[in-house]
Amino acid sequence: MGFLHRHRGLTPYLLLAPGLLYLGVFFAVPLGFLLYQSLESGNFDVGYSFTWAWGNYWHAIRGYSSQFARSFEYAGLATVLALLFSYPLAYWIAFRGGKWRNLFLLFIVAPFFVTYLIRTLAWETILADQGPVVRFLRDIGILGSGGRLLATSVAVVAGLTYNFLPFMALPLYVSLEQIDQRLIEAAQDLYASKWKAFLRVTVPLSLPGVVAGTLLTFIPAAGDFINAELLGSTNQHMIGNVIQSKFLELIDYPAAASMSFVLMATILLGVALYARAVGTEKLTG
Amino acid sequence: MTDVYTRRQLLERAAAGGAVLTVPGFLAACGGSSSKSAASSHKLAKTLRFSNWTLYIDIDNKTKRHPSLDQFQKKTGVQIQYTEDINDNATYFGKIQGPLSRGQSIDRDIIVMTDNSRYPSLLIKKGWVEKLDKSAIPNIKNLQPALQHPNWDPNRDYSLPWQSGLTGIAYNDKLTDPVLTVPDLLENPKLKGKVTLLQGMGDTMPLIMAVNGDDPTKVTDASWDRAFKIVKKAVDSGQIRQFTGNDYSGPLAKGDLKAAFAWSGDVVQLQADNKHLHWNLPKEGGGIWTDNMLIPTGGNVYTASVYMNYYYDPKVAAEVEDYVNYICPVVGAKQVLLKKDPSIAKNTLIFPTKKMLDNAHNFDANALNNEKYITAWQNLITR
Repeated sequence: MGFLHRHRGLTPYLLLAPGLLYLGVFFAVPLGFLLYQSLESGNFDVGYSFTWAWGNYWHAIRGYSSQFARSFEYAGLATVLALLFSYPLAYWIAFRGGKWRNLFLLFIVAPFFVTYLIRTLAWETILADQGPVVRFLRDIGILGSGGRLLATSVAVVAGLTYNFLPFMALPLYVSLEQIDQRLIEAAQDLYASKWKAFLRVTVPLSLPGVVAGTLLTFIPAAGDFINAELLGSTNQHMIGNVIQSKFLELIDYPAAASMSFVLMATILLGVALYARAVGTEKLTG
Repeated sequence: MTDVYTRRQLLERAAAGGAVLTVPGFLAACGGSSSKSAASSHKLAKTLRFSNWTLYIDIDNKTKRHPSLDQFQKKTGVQIQYTEDINDNATYFGKIQGPLSRGQSIDRDIIVMTDNSRYPSLLIKKGWVEKLDKSAIPNIKNLQPALQHPNWDPNRDYSLPWQSGLTGIAYNDKLTDPVLTVPDLLENPKLKGKVTLLQGMGDTMPLIMAVNGDDPTKVTDASWDRAFKIVKKAVDSGQIRQFTGNDYSGPLAKGDLKAAFAWSGDVVQLQADNKHLHWNLPKEGGGIWTDNMLIPTGGNVYTASVYMNYYYDPKVAAEVEDYVNYICPVVGAKQVLLKKDPSIAKNTLIFPTKKMLDNAHNFDANALNNEKYITAWQNLITR
């Protein structure tokens, strides 16, 4: 007690210490190692050695730009779709859910009680060529008689959207739920239509949730490989699949590491631009 | 279904009968005086740590115990710590390569890896596996002749087969006419987008090379290019829906796939629920792969070798085979099963005929480790 009393300035750092230590050991150190590995050259047979091989990065970008682009495209689409699905959902639960709110939230989280892999495999059944969804789409003429959903981009984006939807819905719910109803009433008292009050009051106040949700959805979706692997064909592979194959099949650790860094850097840059565009205060509310 | 029933019945009998099996030859091995292997002391360890693939050994469905392992413990006093933690060669290798490369033990005495992946040969080349103590394995004489000299371990100094499997074509007769050849699978417009090949280059390529009349066990740049072009064309045309691991089984059973490159053992299991599924070696020739027991560095060579000798007793092999649907590498197991469970002994997917084995090819281990081929293959299947 006496020590802390005398050095009161230390308290915040002491409180931060466990978290910083954790980040240091389990994030910074492995990341540093990954960076080191990404600059190695050689092959698995003769061993890898550190040679400042920046060429790995150039190779990663030039050789696999289509998979990078596809990752961001699919993740972007999934994020937009998740937002479109989640917003009304979260809105309804927050404003109309009443005493059942927690139950509805539980429904959103419920799929998480099942393993990621199993959830994704379930979509193989839902979108099966002989399944009800495809049959319906064929009946109404959207799909041709030989058309299919599995092993197409549609299936991969659908899988991504579904798997990351809760990451969008929950932050949205939190920010919507915190909105003071009286602000909306006030807007309406000042002759705003319901729609206008929604656009001018509810939407801006829910933006922190939108920003948090889009980040939480987009970032993991861009690095995902399970959905592409199980629901896509050879032409839907994302950068995660390439990294996985470089790492496990080719045992080419420098290539896998440099691709991970390119992915990370691109996402960071994207997030920075996004935060700048919407304003950083939206991130923290 | 009757098939499953007789198996269960047999296992129950085996468990009830206790020491039905006698293992001659086995103790004689321990008496053997020659000890050429310097690394191994002829003393059994307390436990044998054995990593294998899932559902790959006999099991008593009631007690969830493995009778053949219990038997081993009774005979030798060695307890077996049996872990089913191998699902995929690449992933498992990724897991163990770290400690092995640092010279650390992975706390296993036996691991099982497939020879149509690059990893068994890589483990030997890197010096990450121990030589078998053959003085403790007189039963090695029961190894199927066809499996005795793989080019990555010509004298079986480091490895012994656990089970083998055939790669061929499976099709669903409700959705297609019989698919018996690879060109039919790859070119028939009625199958477009309804067929899959296998992700492993060593799984798929032997079947393709056989179409060209090339020898998959001795791959050349020319034969590789010829085969690669065929696969690429089928991918480009949209004929091939996906490259899969054993996850082809669900879509094949459900009817999303009309035909697929498939492993014999999987199809034996699927057929129990779906009579419309058929499996054949393609006319031009199919693939054969073998899962091999290896002793990772730091493992107890003598104890592992004594276990391998036990497994190579035809009676023990037969007991395992009665549960597992793959191909038994132990000569004599068929004769044992002919008496105990003839339906298994006569199943050509478990005990293939000589004609079938002659028509099934392994894939060249050098090609499996050829960076150029692997890169081209991976780029094709993850575009």
